[in-house]
Amino acid sequence: MVESKQKWKAWLYLAPAIALLLVFTVWPIINTVRMAFLEGYRGLEAANGQTFQIGVENFVKVVKYKRFLSCLKNTVLLCVLTVPISSFLALLVAVFLNSIKWLQKPLQTVFFLPYVTNSIAIGMVFAAMFNIVGSFYGTENEIVVTAGIINNIIEFFGGKAINWINYGSSYIANITVMVIYIVWNALPFKILILLGGLQSINKQYYEAAKVDGTSRTRIFTRITVPLLSPMLAYVVITGFIGGFKEYTSIIGIFGESMGPADDAGRLNTMVGFIYDAIESNNQGRASAAALILFVIILAVTLINLQVSKKSVHY
Amino acid sequence: MDGIKVMRERDIGSARSHQRIVGIAAQAFCYLFLIFMALVVLFPFYWMINSSLKSLAEYKQSVPTFWPNKVLWSNYAEAFSSASLGRLFLNTAYVGIVSTLLSLVITILSAFAFARLEFRGKDLLFSALLATMMIPGELFTITNYSTVTMLGWRNTYTVLIVPFLVSVFYIYLLRQNFLQIPNELYLAAKVDGTSDFKYLCKVMIPLSLPTLISITILKMMGAWNSYIWPRLVANDEAHRLITNGLRNAFTDTTGDVNYPVQMAAVALVSAPLFLVFVFLRKYIMKGVSRSGIKG
Amino acid sequence: MKVELRNITKVFPGRSKKQNEEVVAVDNCSITIPDGKLIGLLGPSGCGKSTTLYMICGLQKPTKGQIFFGEDDVTELAPENRGVGLVFQNYALYPHLTVKQNILFPLQNLKGEDRPSKEEMLKRAYETAKLVQISELMDRKPSELSGGQQQRVAIARALVKMPRVLLLDEPLSNLDARLRLQTREEIRRIQRETKITTVFVTHDQDEAMSISDYIVVMKQGVVQQIGKPQEVYDDPDNLFVAKFLGTPPINVFSGHIKDNTVFIGGEGVLRTKSAPDGEVYIGVRPEGFILNDSGALGCELSRIEVMGRDMSIISKNDASVNETIRSIINSDIKADPGAKTVRFDIKPHKLFLFDKESEKRIRFEVE
Repeated sequence: MVESKQKWKAWLYLAPAIALLLVFTVWPIINTVRMAFLEGYRGLEAANGQTFQIGVENFVKVVKYKRFLSCLKNTVLLCVLTVPISSFLALLVAVFLNSIKWLQKPLQTVFFLPYVTNSIAIGMVFAAMFNIVGSFYGTENEIVVTAGIINNIIEFFGGKAINWINYGSSYIANITVMVIYIVWNALPFKILILLGGLQSINKQYYEAAKVDGTSRTRIFTRITVPLLSPMLAYVVITGFIGGFKEYTSIIGIFGESMGPADDAGRLNTMVGFIYDAIESNNQGRASAAALILFVIILAVTLINLQVSKKSVHY
Repeated sequence: MDGIKVMRERDIGSARSHQRIVGIAAQAFCYLFLIFMALVVLFPFYWMINSSLKSLAEYKQSVPTFWPNKVLWSNYAEAFSSASLGRLFLNTAYVGIVSTLLSLVITILSAFAFARLEFRGKDLLFSALLATMMIPGELFTITNYSTVTMLGWRNTYTVLIVPFLVSVFYIYLLRQNFLQIPNELYLAAKVDGTSDFKYLCKVMIPLSLPTLISITILKMMGAWNSYIWPRLVANDEAHRLITNGLRNAFTDTTGDVNYPVQMAAVALVSAPLFLVFVFLRKYIMKGVSRSGIKG
Repeated sequence: MKVELRNITKVFPGRSKKQNEEVVAVDNCSITIPDGKLIGLLGPSGCGKSTTLYMICGLQKPTKGQIFFGEDDVTELAPENRGVGLVFQNYALYPHLTVKQNILFPLQNLKGEDRPSKEEMLKRAYETAKLVQISELMDRKPSELSGGQQQRVAIARALVKMPRVLLLDEPLSNLDARLRLQTREEIRRIQRETKITTVFVTHDQDEAMSISDYIVVMKQGVVQQIGKPQEVYDDPDNLFVAKFLGTPPINVFSGHIKDNTVFIGGEGVLRTKSAPDGEVYIGVRPEGFILNDSGALGCELSRIEVMGRDMSIISKNDASVNETIRSIINSDIKADPGAKTVRFDIKPHKLFLFDKESEKRIRFEVE
């Protein structure tokens, strides 16, 4: 490194970034903690000079709040369902993609396609696919014209049409649609990362295994998965972090009501809860919820790291 | 002796044919699975385009048609005008381009300082920056919402651009790239009397062009897809962005909606992203995968 | 341009605060490089030779001491104001620029009156390219060139601004053996033609010996010896220098001097006029042995390798510091490969005595 006398010059290069970070990152961190511990803090009242007591009331209220618990349940449920499913499917696709030559590039492109979509826009497409057309808000006296393409396909294979997202649909059906959509959305990133990992594994391991007559399943479990474990860990951890921030995909399917017509807010998530609190000027509550979300993400990440430390093989 | 020989020959023969059958079966299974998954991935896109070209009557037929009987391009025109997509496109393009340019400048300067310059507290500052990546963005939004309100930025372009100009992740990405440029190039430039800034412009930026392109695309895609923040702070006619506009124009997703027009609008909104993807796939995939492998 | 280093010391601070050990990379080093000469800085890795080069260049500032170019004190001067050209071990060519753009790059940095016109720049770039014989490669990118060609481009880039001093950091180590020979002749030729004072760093003594006017041998930041290559080889100041120069390396025995006789083991191999009694190391160059059935030194014969005009006799002796002794003898002389022992006389001017403690040379006169 060259020895320079003008060390202050570095700060000149950093000045714009630091200025913006101070206002929009550092200050918010401090302020969020402050607001979370001011009981019942509301921005408008604070602007009018009202003072608030220091305490943990915001946290207590949030945790006792029924809607918060439902948001937490939805978030955790979606996380727990989608991360393993999408990781496993992505692993299969990546391994298979890696083992073929013909069509590999075009297929790779196809599998990456969902990454470059607008999750609201494509959510609307999914909603259209699962929708029962003609049942206006699903009211009783409306005549169903077509059950929607997904139901058409189910009926084609001899199944019964399901009310996925319309008026009167069940929670399980709603969650199923969400899982399908989120997995569909999450696949490309995971496939890309895992395929990249696979392609960087030294081919000699496979050749050695072949010479030893190792079976395909054994190659998969004993060579591929262990050597891929850092990537797998990465995919799972980022999956969980993303999963806990799930929000727009639900808006994509259900609109801002965050649920079927008869039960708005049924599928709301942690992030949704925070935004609702911001919009209702309830900054104290929003801050408390955001800190809880942060702690959960941190905890899940640390647990994941601990687990992967034991199972990641190098 | 003869018997053994024959046995062995037969063994090899059957092993060979067995091997071939297993190999072909495995390959066939591979392709079947991949093609099935590819169809699953592609189906929504197909359905979007298929629906967008149908008349509402045809869309409602109890037996769905897999290609419109009569292709109705007018749906696109209707979608464009009913959702006033033109204005939304322009707004989004403006916000996207301005924020990308400014963001690139800030990212390049900071990454250069972290990669090439020596100053006190460099490592500490960099670790602190990386640590902020752990914090969910919602935590910042609460205060930023108040901050921009206080600054009177609500319903301006500024509010859509300024708060997100600095991305620690991009700084990290570019710094890693800068670090890969051999130190000798810097020393060589120093011997020749090149200033830091000139070296940055003439050597480092050209050599990091792929990363910069990746950042540009990801940033533009971010503007195109941003939804939550704009909805919160700039949801008026004049400044509304494309995703919000789309969502606002078609509030209902279930029930009796004019789906063909809605799908046409969705297709129009998705089209620019697909174009970018078709032409710059390499950079997007590199940028995304680099984020994974280095992260 | 004469270059003079006066009592240069370079201390690097400890890496972390915990291990606050300072590293003395160069210790009180004084070297005078005469105008227009080619100097080889030679030593094992980590001996401070590159640091010395970087200090001459200005990329690093000495902790103590002064550097003079001619009569000018340049110690505090930034590299670009010193008028030096530097060639890196890995060439450090800008990969995104063509050969021509690479060569032009230093010229385009010049400002004000120093800055030549566009035509002048191009003219100089082409002249330099011609000098290093890469005229036909000007529009290629570095990745399209072979290692040797890249090396030439790097030299051209260093020369184009007509430096007062040319510095080369391990210029040949990235080339294969054949190219290395060719390129070192090339460097020699270019240096002769341009008459630019040139300093180059190498760990390869062969390289340094073959093209340098003077060599500077360094070890752990301390200059061991400065001189013309052959002089240093023939008259090393200490055991390190003797061991570092020469292939095959010098044979070292441990022995002693008693009553003006040099003993290896129990055998007196040489009589001297004046040498103090005591324990010594005895270094004998491989070419310093004379095969003689009644020679002074007896060794156990291991094997004989004949390589064209020379042959190597590999033998063992209990007093030898190395496992084997290698002597090189004209292959006209007949030796019996089946013999158990072999006896040598030693050429006095190929035998060096070193103090056992300080490893300094003990000079003596042959009786």
